[in-house]
Amino acid sequence: MKRILMFLPVLVAVAFGIFLYAGLGEDPQELESALIGKPVPAFELSALRNPDRILTPEVFRGQVSLLNVWGTWCPACRDEHDDLMWLAEDKNIPIIGLNYKDNRDAALRWLKDLGDPYQLNLFDPQGTLGFDLGVYGAPETYIIDKQGIVRYRHVGVVNPEVWEEKLEPVFRQYQEE
Amino acid sequence: MKTLLITLMLALLAPLAQAQAGSDGSADMYPLESAERQERFRTLLNELRCPKCQNQNIADSDAPIAEDMRNEVYRMVQEGADEQTVVDAMIERFGEFVHYKPAFDARTALLWLLPLIVVVVGVIVVIVIVRRSGRGDDGTPELTEDQRRQADEMLRRQSQ
Repeated sequence: MKRILMFLPVLVAVAFGIFLYAGLGEDPQELESALIGKPVPAFELSALRNPDRILTPEVFRGQVSLLNVWGTWCPACRDEHDDLMWLAEDKNIPIIGLNYKDNRDAALRWLKDLGDPYQLNLFDPQGTLGFDLGVYGAPETYIIDKQGIVRYRHVGVVNPEVWEEKLEPVFRQYQEE
Repeated sequence: MKTLLITLMLALLAPLAQAQAGSDGSADMYPLESAERQERFRTLLNELRCPKCQNQNIADSDAPIAEDMRNEVYRMVQEGADEQTVVDAMIERFGEFVHYKPAFDARTALLWLLPLIVVVVGVIVVIVIVRRSGRGDDGTPELTEDQRRQADEMLRRQSQ
């Protein structure tokens, strides 16, 4: 009995080591979203291309779509832009943009120069919808189902790998429903 | 000498005092009508964590999101929201993560209980060690008559 007790500190140390090691690989920047399973927060925002057109969460109804948070001030958004074009043109994925804390002219110029992967864009210069979504850095991409319910959140750049491994399985699942 | 020392210490402390005044400067930027609300606002800023700069509270962080959060907390406190309402509203958006004092549930049980467990285990270890080292010690010398005689002999020989 005493012999076994002697090894106890070693066992505790090993168990603790395994526990801590498992935590090493996790990305601390990736936070749970409190919104998963809940409807997109209420909003009334103007369309980026048409200041007179007021958009509400109704824009998400009837199709599974991606909600992509972006801004011209965000370098990582530039990185993922080509991949968003690929998703929109080659894969026919409906993407709704949330132009976050940006300037309307700069945003329109960006879309003219780089191409426009978005079905439409919500213009959110104050970041109110972004705040209600819990956006803490762009880009972020959400999967919204046909009823306008948030199903998935990805923080960071979308690229073909992220699409295939993380987003597409969820996207297809809700598309089949 | 003493005066010099005191002067020196005061001089060293001055920037600290200034920093203190600086952090209280929030009162100027975010005026609230009652001291109680002022206090609530300050507590909330210290208890809420910035989602972007994860090791800072929203009072300290310069991240744009922290500023948005400060403004929202200010708006809610101004409208008379109590502390719990504000914390709940933030958790609804950013998750349990934003609160430096997470609620006690299955996921956070280890976090809350670990210090208690460590202390209890430590106390048990100390008790066991103390008991063991004291075992068999009834206060009387442990030499037999024979050994005592031997020792006396040795001592005598030494002193000669």
